[in-house]
Amino acid sequence: MTTHEPHAHAAPQGFLRKYIFSLDHKIIGIQYFFLALVAVFAGMFLSLLMRIHLVWPNASLPFFGQIKPETYLSLLTMHGTIMVFFVLTTAPQGGFGNYFLPIQIGAPDMAFPVLNMLSFWTTFLGFLVLLAAFFVTGGAPLHGWTGYAPLSALPSAGPGEGLGADLWIISIAIFCIGALMGALNFITTTLDMRAKGMTLMRMPLTCWAWFITAILGLLAFGVLLSAGILLLMDRNLGTSFFVPLGTVNGVLTGHKGGSPLLWQHLFWFFGHPEVYIAILPAMGLCSQLLSVFSRKPIFGYKAMVYAIMAIGFLGFMVWGHHMFMSGMSPYSAFAFSIMTMGIGVPSAIKTFNWLGTLWRGRIRFSSPMLFAIGFVSLFVVGGISGPFLAQPVLDIYLHETYFVIAHFHLIMGVASIFGIFAATYYWFPKMFGRMMNETLGKAHFWLTFVGAYAIFMPMHYYGMAGGLRRYSQGTEVAWINSLAPIQKFISIAAFVTIASQFIFLINLLWSMKKGEKAADNPWEATTLEWTTATPPPHDNFGGVTPVVHNGPYEYSVPGAPRDFVMQTDAPVTAKH
Amino acid sequence: MADTVVSHDIPSVYEPSLFGTYSKKIGMWLFLMSDSLTFGALLYAYSYGRISTAGWPTPFHSTSIVNATIMTAFLLTSSLTMVLAVRASVQKDAKSQTLWLLATMACGAAFVVLHGREWSNLIAEGLTLPMFPAVPGHEASPEFANVAKTVPQFPSTFFTLTGMHMLHVTLGIVYLGVVALRRKFIPILLALWLIAWLATPSYSPFHYGAHVLLVVAVVISIILWLKPKVYDSSDVEVAGLYWHFVDLVWMFIFPLVYLMSARI
Ligand code: HEM
Ligand SMILES: [Cu+2]
Repeated sequence: MTTHEPHAHAAPQGFLRKYIFSLDHKIIGIQYFFLALVAVFAGMFLSLLMRIHLVWPNASLPFFGQIKPETYLSLLTMHGTIMVFFVLTTAPQGGFGNYFLPIQIGAPDMAFPVLNMLSFWTTFLGFLVLLAAFFVTGGAPLHGWTGYAPLSALPSAGPGEGLGADLWIISIAIFCIGALMGALNFITTTLDMRAKGMTLMRMPLTCWAWFITAILGLLAFGVLLSAGILLLMDRNLGTSFFVPLGTVNGVLTGHKGGSPLLWQHLFWFFGHPEVYIAILPAMGLCSQLLSVFSRKPIFGYKAMVYAIMAIGFLGFMVWGHHMFMSGMSPYSAFAFSIMTMGIGVPSAIKTFNWLGTLWRGRIRFSSPMLFAIGFVSLFVVGGISGPFLAQPVLDIYLHETYFVIAHFHLIMGVASIFGIFAATYYWFPKMFGRMMNETLGKAHFWLTFVGAYAIFMPMHYYGMAGGLRRYSQGTEVAWINSLAPIQKFISIAAFVTIASQFIFLINLLWSMKKGEKAADNPWEATTLEWTTATPPPHDNFGGVTPVVHNGPYEYSVPGAPRDFVMQTDAPVTAKH
Repeated sequence: MADTVVSHDIPSVYEPSLFGTYSKKIGMWLFLMSDSLTFGALLYAYSYGRISTAGWPTPFHSTSIVNATIMTAFLLTSSLTMVLAVRASVQKDAKSQTLWLLATMACGAAFVVLHGREWSNLIAEGLTLPMFPAVPGHEASPEFANVAKTVPQFPSTFFTLTGMHMLHVTLGIVYLGVVALRRKFIPILLALWLIAWLATPSYSPFHYGAHVLLVVAVVISIILWLKPKVYDSSDVEVAGLYWHFVDLVWMFIFPLVYLMSARI
C-alpha cells in the first residue's frame, strides 16, 4: 500500500510556466530570494534617510524633502516592517528553505507545489500593497512595526494613519496568509517526503531549523492574522476592540470599552515567536557551515536539535517581556522574566556547541565561513543584553531607548542578515552554477562586520544615557543633544556599511554572469544537495531518489578515503 | 515528456510518512491547527471584552435562540451527510458521493442563509456596528439600539465571531463544490456571486461580502488551470476534515455567543 500520494508534475514548458508561475521549488526559492533582495535595499535606503535626518535635521532628502517628525515615524515604520517581514522572514525560510529543504531531504519537490507558488505570489502581493502606502494621501503609517493601538486603530490619529495604515494592515494580513501556506508546506514536506534512510535524526541542522521555524510560523501567523482583522474592523467598521473611551486631537472618538493591551497581547504572542522565525534558519545554517568549514562533525548534534525545539517551545511563553511597561502585575512580570531568562539556556547550549565545533578544527576561512563566524559573534554580543532587558526593573528604564534598538538589531537584524549572506555565498554555486568572487566576499565581510559593530555598539551607550527610540527631534532637546557626537559617529559608520553592501550586490550580479564555473561539490560538503548536478535538474536528482546511509556531519572520519563522507556514501561505523 | 515526469509513489524509496498517512491529510491537519489559533485569538478577544465589560447584556430573545438552534441542526445534519459522502467515496460509489456532497452543501447553504437573515434582522433592530449603514424605513427597537450604544463590545464580538465562522462555512461550501463538480462548479459559483450581489440591498453587509465568492472563483480557476485533476476519495476525506472542523467551531460559538447571552 502506498502512503505517498502520487506526486507528479512535468517539467514546464514556456516562459510563463517556467519562470513566473513556476511550480518548481527551486525557481520559487529564487523568486523569494530576489524579493527579499529588493526589499532589503529598500529598507536600507529608508534607514539611510533616518540616519541623515538624526544628525542633520535640516537637510532636504530625496523623495521626502524636509523630514517632519511624522515623516520620520513613517520612515521607521516602513523600515521595520519591510525588514522584519519581507527580508528576515522571507529570505532565510521562503528563499533558501524553499530551494534546499526538498533537496537536502532527497525529495523531488515540496509536498504541495501549487500551494508553494501561491504562497510566493501572495507574499509578493503583500509587498506591493505595503509599498503602496507611500503613495496614498497622508503617506505611510506612523505606528511602528508593532502597530500599537490606539495610534494604529484611529484614522484620525495622524497623517499616515488614514489609508496608509489600512494598506499596512492589509499587507500584513496578506503576508500572514502567504506565510501560513508556506509553513504548512514545509512541515508536511519534512514529515512526509524524506528519502529512504533520511531519518529525522539524520537531517542536516538546516532542515531541523526550517522545520521548527515552520511550526512557529504556523502557530504564530494565525494569531497575527486575527489581530489584523480586528484592527481593520476597529478602523473601518467602528468596533472598539483596541480603543478605549477617549479623545484624539481633542475630538471624541466614538469608541469605547476596548483595550490597547489586547492588541499588545495578540501582537506579541506572534511577535516573540517571530523573532525566532527570523533567527532559527540562520542558526541552522551556521551550525552547518561551522562543521563544513572546520572539517569536523558538529559538536553535540542531538543537543543542537533539542535546543532548537526548546527555543521554539519557550518562544511561545515569553511574549509578556515586551509589555513590562504596561502596568502588568509584578507577579506576571516575574513569571515572564524567569521564562525569558530560561531561553538563555538553550541559546547558551547552541553557542557552546558552535565553539566546540570550531575548537581544533582545520578551519577554512572562505567567505561563507567568515559570515558564519560573524553570526556567532553577533549572536553572543546581541544576546548578552537580553537578560538585562528581561529584568522588569531595568526594562522600565531601557524599554523606550536605543538600548533595545541595539539589542535587537545585533541579535535579530544583523545576525540573521549574516545568516542570509552566509547562505548566499555558500549556496550560490549550486543555485547559479558559478562561484562568487572570494576577494570581494572577504572585503564585504570585513566592512560589514566592523561596520555593524560600529553602528550598534554605541547605541547601547546612547540608550543607557537616555537617548530615546522612535524620536526624531533629538537635536532640539538639550540633554539628548549632548549625545550628538555618538549619533554622528553612528551615522557615519552607517554610511560606510551601507555603501559596502554594493560590493555584495555587484559581486552577486557579476558572478551570476561571469563567475568561475562551479564544480558539483565545491566546498567538499556531505549533504544531498552536493550529490546532484549544478544547478540541479527539474526533479532534483535526475530520475533517481537518493538513499541515505550516513549522518550529515561525517567529516574527518578515521579510516575514510576522504576527509568527508557524503550522506549517500557507503555507511561508516567509526565513532568519534 | 514522459521521462521528465516526477513521481514518487513507490513506497520503498521514501521513509515512512507520519502515521502512515498521505501528505494532503497532514497538510489539512496542520491548516486546522493554525486555524484554531486564528479562531482562538478571536475567542480570546471575545473573553477579554466580556470579562472587562461590566454589565454584559443578554438581549437574545427566543426568536434568535430558536433560529440559531435550527441553524445548529442544519450544521449537525451536514456533518452526517459529509460522513456518508466519505463512506461513498471509499466504496467508490461516485454517484452517491456527489449526491451526499451536494446534500452537505445544501445544509451548509441553509445555515448561511438563515444566519444572514438573522444578521439582517438584528441590524435592522439596531444591534449594529457604527459604520454599518442604517436600514432605511425600519424603526430600531430601543433595546437593541441601547445595547449597541452602551456596550459596543457586544455587537463587535458578535459580528466578528459569527462573521468569521460564516466565511469559513461559505468557503467550505465552495470547497465541497469543487471536489464534487470540479470545473463545472466555477460557472455555478459565478452565478451564486451574481445572485448574492444583486439580491442584497446596498445597505446590507452581504452586498459587499458577496464579492468573496468572486475572489474565490478567480483563485480556484488559477488552481484548476495549474493543476487540472480528478479528485479521489482522499480529497473527499480531507474536505470532510475541514467541514467537521468548521462545525466544531460553531459548537463553541453557539453557546458562547448565543446561549450565554440569552434572555431568560
Ligand atoms: C537570551 C535571549 C534573549 C533575551 C533574554 C531577550 C530579551 C528581550 C527583552 C526583555 C526584550 C524587550 C525589551 C523592551 O522592549 O523593552 C527584547 C526585545 C527584543 N528582542 Fe530579545 N531577547 C533575547 C533574544 C532575542 C533574539 C534571539 C532575538 C531575535 C532573533 C530577539 C529580538 C528582539 C527584538 C526584535 C526585540 C524588540 C522588539 C521591539 O520592541 O520592537 N531577542 N528582548
Ligand atoms: Cu521577545
